[in-house]
Amino acid sequence: MNETIQIVVNGEPRAIADGASLLELLAALELDPRAVVVEHNRHIVRRPALGDVRVAPGDAVELVHFVGGG
Amino acid sequence: MDIPLTIAGRVFNSRLLVGTGKYRSNDEMLRAIEASGAEVVTVAVRRVDLDRSKDESILHHIDPKRWFLLANTAGCYTAEDAVRYARLAREAGFNDFVKLEVIGDQETLLPDVAGTLEATRILVKEGFKVLAYTNEDLITALRLEDAGAAAVMPLASPIGSGLGLLNPFHVRIIKRRLHVPVIVDAGVGTASDACVTMEQGVDGILMNTALAAARDPVAMAHAMRLAVEAGRTAFLAGRMPKREVAVPSSPVAGMLD
Repeated sequence: MNETIQIVVNGEPRAIADGASLLELLAALELDPRAVVVEHNRHIVRRPALGDVRVAPGDAVELVHFVGGG
Repeated sequence: MDIPLTIAGRVFNSRLLVGTGKYRSNDEMLRAIEASGAEVVTVAVRRVDLDRSKDESILHHIDPKRWFLLANTAGCYTAEDAVRYARLAREAGFNDFVKLEVIGDQETLLPDVAGTLEATRILVKEGFKVLAYTNEDLITALRLEDAGAAAVMPLASPIGSGLGLLNPFHVRIIKRRLHVPVIVDAGVGTASDACVTMEQGVDGILMNTALAAARDPVAMAHAMRLAVEAGRTAFLAGRMPKREVAVPSSPVAGMLD
């Protein structure tokens, strides 16, 4: 029960429950899915699909948003 | 009498576009943006800070209903990276405009024009409205227009340098030859720079550091607003020809013996 796997989120290794979806990853990080854009192994995952995409060991996830810039 | 700045069919109520980077505080940034009268504000795409030690999304401060968010690809050194950032920015769901930057050199931040052209072609094919940051080179500007750029953005001088408009001649030629809007991006340092730039006939100016690094960003933003308006109005008014000899302003006739 509750096996964890290692993935890489924003360049940092992170443990997450095996079989977790991207939506569950965001929840674990206390991030509002409407406030971030999610890239999973270099592919953008649209918001409605976040609950359908499950992470696997070694996956790379990027979570980005807008910051100040010129 | 002037027509508003229109990019890819979208009408904007100000010819001054401003960035949101490098302000000392979010409050000062907001007041400066308001004083500038800008409608378009640029933002950058970056990783969310997962340990929350730093400040959060710019959207906590900038209302996307009030301002038009123009995402940039700042910090990208290849066409591939710039395309990746542009796609992420569009996914945020505000618009399909992107300020494309493909940087070629770390010291000068001058654009990689080959990479910029390549990324423009890809992004235009994907339906993006590309505002392409480039140098003040006519041939590159023409190629970017051919590639489908919605606007071409020649620099006044290097990003963050505040050196002002170094090459008015070339910027003027670019404006004369292109059909898409020409918006000078980067290098303006103070109000006179903005005024002189607008006097070349360009459609707008984008600036960030000139406001953020001023001693009083809010007052400088106000000055820039006036300068852009003054420069634009002077351009439309048509300046007198330059002469290398004096011509009296008072009558020569009627002088006393």
